[in-house]
Amino acid sequence: MEDAIVLKYQVIDGEFQRAGEVSSDVKHKLKQMGVPANIVRKVAIAMYEGEVNMVIHANGGEITVEITPEQIKMILADVGPGIPDVEKAMTAGFSTASDATRNLGFGAGMGLPNMKKNTDSLDIETLLGEGTTITMIVKL
Amino acid sequence: MTLRDAAKIIEAEILVGEDLLDQEIGSICGSDMMSEVLAFTNEHSVLLTGLCNTQVMRTADMLDLECLIFIRGKQPTPEMLQMAEDDGRVVMKTRFGMFSTCGKLYQAGAGSGCM
Repeated sequence: MEDAIVLKYQVIDGEFQRAGEVSSDVKHKLKQMGVPANIVRKVAIAMYEGEVNMVIHANGGEITVEITPEQIKMILADVGPGIPDVEKAMTAGFSTASDATRNLGFGAGMGLPNMKKNTDSLDIETLLGEGTTITMIVKL
Repeated sequence: MTLRDAAKIIEAEILVGEDLLDQEIGSICGSDMMSEVLAFTNEHSVLLTGLCNTQVMRTADMLDLECLIFIRGKQPTPEMLQMAEDDGRVVMKTRFGMFSTCGKLYQAGAGSGCM
C-alpha cells in the first residue's frame, strides 16, 4: 500500500500488567502525527479493548496498524481458542471472562460492542482452536 | 468546581499533580469496571474508582481523563503514580467509599461524566 505507515507489535500472553502498552504507544504516535483528537480517542479505545481481550482470552498475539491519509486500520491477530458464538460475543453484557479477570476491572461484556461503537467497520474472522483475527477501520 | 474544590470536599490527599488543581471539572464518573468506563465516560472527566491497578492508569490515558480519585483509602503503587506523572494527570485518594464520595461531590454541584 502506498503512503501507508505500518506499525507492528507483539502482545504478550498473560502479562495483564502490561496490557495496553501497545494501544498507549499507538495513541501517542497518532497524536504526534497530528491526527484529530476525536479519531485518536476512537482508535485508542477500540484498540485497548482488543488488546486486553488478547491478553485475557487469546494467549497474546500480534497487532498491526496501517495508517494512510484516508483511514487507520487495526489488525489484531491471535492464536487463541477462537470465539464459539460471535453473535453472542457482540451482545452488550455477555462475557466469558473469569472472576479473576472481573476483579481486575474487565469482563463486563462491553469489549466487542465498544470496539464496534468506536470504529467505522469491524470484521471478525475466527476458527475454533486456531485463533481470531479482528480487523477494525476508523476513517479519517 | 475545580479539582482543588473537589479535593477539599472529599478530604482527599493529593498524590500527583499538586500544580494542576486549578482545572475546572467537566464531569465525574464512578466505576470499578474499566470496560464500562471505556464505553460510557466523557473525555476530560474525573474518575472515582475502587480499582487499584495499572489498567486504571491505562484507561485514564486512553480517555484523556483529567483526574483519578481512589476511594476507600486505596494507595496506588509507585509505578502507577509514575504513569500519571508522565501523562500530566492528577491523582488523589480519599478515605470515603464510593457512595459517600459521589454523594458529597454531587451535593456540591458536580455533574455526571457518564453518557
